[in-house]
Amino acid sequence: MNFDYTEEQTALQDTLRRFFARDYGFEHRRAMSRSADGFDRAAWATFAEFGILALPFPEGFGGLDGSAVDSMLVMEMLGRGLALEPYLPTVVLCGGLIRDAGSAAQKEALLPAIAGGELMLAFAHNEAGGRYALNHVATKATPAGNGWKLDGIKAVVLAAPSAGKFIVSAREGLGLSLFLVDAKAPGLSLRSYPTQDGARAADIRLSGVEIGAEALIGPAGGTLPLIERAVDYANAALCAEAVGIMAALNEVTLEYLKTRKQFGTPIGKFQALQHRMADMVIATEQARSMATLAAVRADSPDSAERSRCIAAAKAYVLQSARLVGQQAVQLHGGMGVTDELNVGHYFKRLTMIGLTFGDVDYHLGRFSDSLLAA
Amino acid sequence: MDLNFTPEEHAFRDEVRSFLDGNLPAEISRKVHGGRRMTRDDFVRWQKILHARGWGASSWPVSHGGTGWSPVQQHIFDEECADAGAPMQLPFGLKMVAPVIMAFGNPAQQAHFLPRIVDGTDWWCQGYSEPGSGSDLASLKTRAVREGDHYVVNGQKTWNTLGQYADWIFCLVRTSTEGRQQEGISFLLIDMKTPGITVRPIIMMDGEHEINEVWFEDVRVPVENRVGEENKGWTYAKFLLGHERTGIAGVGRSKRELKKLKAIARRESSAGRPLIEDPRFRDRIAQVEMELMALEITNLRVISAEGEKKRAPGPEASILKIKGSEIQQMLTELQMQALGHYALPYLHESLDPAWSGDPAMPSYEDDAGPLSGHYFNVRKTTIYGGSNEIQKNIISQMILGL
Repeated sequence: MNFDYTEEQTALQDTLRRFFARDYGFEHRRAMSRSADGFDRAAWATFAEFGILALPFPEGFGGLDGSAVDSMLVMEMLGRGLALEPYLPTVVLCGGLIRDAGSAAQKEALLPAIAGGELMLAFAHNEAGGRYALNHVATKATPAGNGWKLDGIKAVVLAAPSAGKFIVSAREGLGLSLFLVDAKAPGLSLRSYPTQDGARAADIRLSGVEIGAEALIGPAGGTLPLIERAVDYANAALCAEAVGIMAALNEVTLEYLKTRKQFGTPIGKFQALQHRMADMVIATEQARSMATLAAVRADSPDSAERSRCIAAAKAYVLQSARLVGQQAVQLHGGMGVTDELNVGHYFKRLTMIGLTFGDVDYHLGRFSDSLLAA
Repeated sequence: MDLNFTPEEHAFRDEVRSFLDGNLPAEISRKVHGGRRMTRDDFVRWQKILHARGWGASSWPVSHGGTGWSPVQQHIFDEECADAGAPMQLPFGLKMVAPVIMAFGNPAQQAHFLPRIVDGTDWWCQGYSEPGSGSDLASLKTRAVREGDHYVVNGQKTWNTLGQYADWIFCLVRTSTEGRQQEGISFLLIDMKTPGITVRPIIMMDGEHEINEVWFEDVRVPVENRVGEENKGWTYAKFLLGHERTGIAGVGRSKRELKKLKAIARRESSAGRPLIEDPRFRDRIAQVEMELMALEITNLRVISAEGEKKRAPGPEASILKIKGSEIQQMLTELQMQALGHYALPYLHESLDPAWSGDPAMPSYEDDAGPLSGHYFNVRKTTIYGGSNEIQKNIISQMILGL
């Protein structure tokens, strides 16, 4: 049993911490969020240099063979830095799907391009009306020529505006398949918008988008388990991101309690506020434990155990995140509800994590249902 | 980052398990699993069995007759003991007074008292709280006045656990009223047979006699039974409170109680279906299981850091205490709730070892018995050992510097 990061992992963590402190301050982030892209392309290039865009890929395809624990470490730092860049959609979700299900040719063509920072991807899976159910896909794949024709609407596809390619899920008969679709494909259109946390997303309309046989990722009609695995992985990563944000929020809130004076004394001298702060620290430590469990189990070959632990972790981390986020705003008083401080921005990102790939009720339900099997 | 136990630790777990299989008396484990009344003999008998194996003191160094186990081994031992239904080894001797004697006692005290703790000869109890000194322990008033080579002790201690069985009591007493109140306290070891000591039961809301008040009237204590220096007792008391971390979270016991909760929820029915199929109730089990999963990892994080001596024992014990006690309370509350109507009867005899259910009451068909008493009993866990509010003060002041 060992809860330490290796020297290499610690070095990477320090590198990222330094980068966000020096080159990705709050004002810079605000400016990037308001730019056309909604993120910092220079930062993305730096991430490529750091190697984090290659982290979870096999060495044979330009990757670093990193584990889910490595991804956890990176996500925690991206959370702390409140990074806007599309790491989760590109590297964790789409990169993970290609790594796990792609053909050798697809891996050869895509993974080095992701690792080098040249290609961004988005996972076009969710649709309106299905909430978080992963098998709720109405988009149709109709055989056409030696390939397919895709028709449907994908909802709130994260980082879609910057993606060069999409991984689109679609149904052919009863089976669910995944297809690689170029962003410029005829018949594909985006309705893009900013998200509450300052990032970008889009609804995607697919109208008779034609794709060849080589676009298929994984087995035709049998990709639900792959999607479940990729989304579990993404949820483990989101747990880590949330923990990074909570740790950062605790630091800024503690600092505020020590410096803000009312009634002639730092407000941190008041027991009502001290206990609130203690609750935030406890919640964060417990959430960190669950995020660790999620990362370690994400690589488990036992899919039931993997899903059970990640569902429990996501539900628990989101409950903790709600407490920490809301109380960080509350303890900052009026300043906490302004756009001026980073507190509100951290809080908005935490809140959106709580609505991405399953909320508390969804994951608590998944975990609760697993008790029937035991 | 690796959550797996080493092969050696797995082998150790197997060794503990097979020892428990062969040596834990069935009538004792049945009482523990069924939540029955334990006798003094049950505790002492189990301590002697462990001692015979060399496992009487899992948290002590070998030099004092302990096992010398790592924190991870202690954790494994605690977990297996809890799962098998071994009685809890009471902390008052092994984990409270013994570390103080080891750290601050003289060689004669160590040679006399420590072997008698580990072999089960002496039963220890605690004399800390007083009617006017609970959370504000340093305000304690029990006086010890030096007369020649004795202290004469007068005063009253309360919230004393199982002192009716005790041979010895360790006490914080006031030896000076000069200066800060923390600076006038001494740490005395007192033989419970000394004339002038009276133990009076305090019956708790579960109807049981677990707690006492202890009165001291001109009790003469030899000066040689003072641990460490006069007026330095507060330092030793704080050492004691910060010392015990392994096991404070009670993860092993809570895992056992969670299993029991699930078993009850499968057995009880709601509208013709097993209660566990009711999503409202099942979600509440899921919630407490999530809390326990998180606590287990947090506990292991603390234990593994402690094993590598990277951090001194510190305020993270407060986090383990707060979450551990809350989880124990949630579990007993759900066990009670699971019984529905049959949570209401108060059957004093149901805690007797011989009680085997009541044929007229379908809910008690196995060993569980009425469970409401346990719910009422464990309301104490968020109050004792420094209430959870005091623990939050410790976090605020010692971790956060507020």
